[in-house]
Amino acid sequence: MENRILHSVTGLFHSADEITQAAKEVNKAGYKKFDIHTPYPVHGLEKAMKLKRSTLGYIAFILSAIGAISAILLMWWTMSVSYPLNISGKPFFSLPAFVPIMFELAVLTASVVGVVLMLTIFFRFPNHSHPLHDTEYMKAVSSDKYGMVIESDDPQFDIDKAKSFLSSIGATDIGEVYWDNNELTAKKTIFDKKFIFGLVGLAIIVSGGTYWLLNKAMFKEPFNWMMYQQKLSAQSPTTFFKDGFSMREPVEGTVARGYMPYPYPADSAVLAEKYLVNPLEPTVANLNAGKAKFNTFCSPCHDYHGTGQSRLNGQFPNPPSLQSDRVRNWKDGHIFHIITMGQNTMPSYAKTVNETERWQIVLYVRALERAMNAKLEDLK
Amino acid sequence: MSSDIILYEKKSLPSKVTIIGGILLVLGVVLSVLSFGADNLRAYYNLIVTLTMLYSVGLGALFLVALEYVTSADWSVPFRRITEIVAGLIFIIPLVSIPLLLNLDTIFVWLNPELLHTDSYVAGKAPYLNTNFFIIRTLLVFAIMFGFYYVLAGRSFKQDKTKDPSVNKLTSRLSAFFIPIFAISITLVSMDWVMSLEPKWFSTIFGVYYFAGSVLAALSTVTFISIVLYQNGYLSKYIKEDHFYNLGALMFAFVVFWAYIAFSQFMLIWYANIPDETAWYMHRAGSWYYISIGLIFVKFAIPFLILVTRYAKSNLLVLKIVSVWIFLAHYYDLYWMIMPDYTIKTASNSPVYSWFELSTPLIVVGFVIVVFMLIAKNKNLMPVGDPKFKKGLEFHL
Repeated sequence: MENRILHSVTGLFHSADEITQAAKEVNKAGYKKFDIHTPYPVHGLEKAMKLKRSTLGYIAFILSAIGAISAILLMWWTMSVSYPLNISGKPFFSLPAFVPIMFELAVLTASVVGVVLMLTIFFRFPNHSHPLHDTEYMKAVSSDKYGMVIESDDPQFDIDKAKSFLSSIGATDIGEVYWDNNELTAKKTIFDKKFIFGLVGLAIIVSGGTYWLLNKAMFKEPFNWMMYQQKLSAQSPTTFFKDGFSMREPVEGTVARGYMPYPYPADSAVLAEKYLVNPLEPTVANLNAGKAKFNTFCSPCHDYHGTGQSRLNGQFPNPPSLQSDRVRNWKDGHIFHIITMGQNTMPSYAKTVNETERWQIVLYVRALERAMNAKLEDLK
Repeated sequence: MSSDIILYEKKSLPSKVTIIGGILLVLGVVLSVLSFGADNLRAYYNLIVTLTMLYSVGLGALFLVALEYVTSADWSVPFRRITEIVAGLIFIIPLVSIPLLLNLDTIFVWLNPELLHTDSYVAGKAPYLNTNFFIIRTLLVFAIMFGFYYVLAGRSFKQDKTKDPSVNKLTSRLSAFFIPIFAISITLVSMDWVMSLEPKWFSTIFGVYYFAGSVLAALSTVTFISIVLYQNGYLSKYIKEDHFYNLGALMFAFVVFWAYIAFSQFMLIWYANIPDETAWYMHRAGSWYYISIGLIFVKFAIPFLILVTRYAKSNLLVLKIVSVWIFLAHYYDLYWMIMPDYTIKTASNSPVYSWFELSTPLIVVGFVIVVFMLIAKNKNLMPVGDPKFKKGLEFHL
């Protein structure tokens, strides 16, 4: 008994008016370290206790401002810098859509950080006990009584004087509250094994349980009406047609959109040279378009300048040079024919570049030839 | 406080104030009449602003009376008589609406026979938007206002002498009945007089938007009058700054509520981006842009930042300034809601403000003062017969 350290002297009152009066008296008597507990907030008690005005409002304001600013920074970064998404044609930074999130995050930050700060600063977080807990006094003030405690670390504290003072202002059930020795000596750290394992275990159970519940137990395939419909899949067998193929031959005489039949067989380049004339003018636009296609499709073998000494030199048989006199003397139709039908190892490019593009490439090849064999009068 | 202490003693109000109110009123009416000579349509639009402002203050004050009964609040009992007298402003409303009701076809495009013929959208609303039904709705709102004013305020006036505590039970029940009816009537007012100016546009939250502004206007009027009367010793000296703190807190709450509703309306329309709905805001963009942006600051940001501190809510000078500010902000809001439609009709679509528009604040302030002085003449300024009166005075934070 003698080893126990006194925490405070307690007394009970029976009405809100009594406790308000008592708060004034205790101030008058000069006590500094006292506290009052009531079952509900009593109006006017703060004033009677002469408490300093709470700074909670300012702290909450700053916290919510931080929340709102970080929300808008987050959305500015994600929505308009890092990964801009076009959402129904709105600007990437559209404030009206961000306001609700700013508001929510402001409220969330103020409340959550506020509570965490309260737990750490005032309750000294790893600590989870207080001598007043589990006392008869606390039971009384949390049901129907109004209590006052005068703490022993008050500068003018004296146990007998405090007791007689409490009874002089009308308190009943005057008692003493002691620190619990076990609580005082117990080590309280955040990195307590039980606490950390409990926390991690809780996190795993909650997140795993949520995952299992949402993704396994309650899983339903979304939008499966497109996945499981009666349809034919390309290149897979079917029982719908007699021959068992899903893919059908087009009806005889079908012509693909934009397809123009090419009348000259592969070995009749002479005919093509005779009858085909380049319909395009060597304008800058045509030459540039031809250059783009030439560089993409022709240059791998023919080289950027048509010399045939390309970056694939040695890996394939070298194509003949486009700068040779033979090619230079060909008419445009011959080159067009070779692009269309192919020659030797060169395949047909009819499916890769369309007719106009082929003529543009021909124009560009002509320009290359002239550039490599420039004459003095070209400078004029 | 023992019972032999006199809580409240009636002092007669100075007639000087009535004269000032009368001068303002006459000036406003003269300006209004002159404006009818200069620009008929613009004068009608200004008269709508005046009318909706009067509805806001009068009907809003009646709502505040009912709100006190329903919540059985103690702190607001000392101010209830002032609220009741301010609610007497509703008797002016028929007077102001007569010139408008007689000329509905010049004001509202939904009565334009050509438009009714060509525009199926407007023609489809004809069963609701037509002269007869419009007048029926207006009269219905009048009947609701006067009926409930007679019961809620009239019983309270009589209670001063009878001191009959059973009156409160009846008025509390009637108030609970009144509030949903009030919600319908203020929605009708806002839809008929403001929303139907642009008959193709609609917003289901519009009634709530107008309600939020109306309560602000009524509350700021009551706050201002209460503080002025208190400072000049016409009210009980037992009123504390705690009472005024609560008035300030309620104003603060409604400032936030108004912003919440205004933003809800804007954001949904902005996000859906449907031309029918965005048209209303597009009419307030362009040359009205800065006035629209200004509304955010005038009616929300500035009063919010002022009222957010505890100091401002318990300082009478700050409260007086803020209540005048909010009253004018509601006028700004109504001007912003109503006048752009006039500028569309005249094809200029740029903001107008000159002596035409000045008639509205003069008439409204003039009516508030004159009506208040006339009703308050033979009445106590505090509900001395209310059983909660003493408890209300004893209220502290």
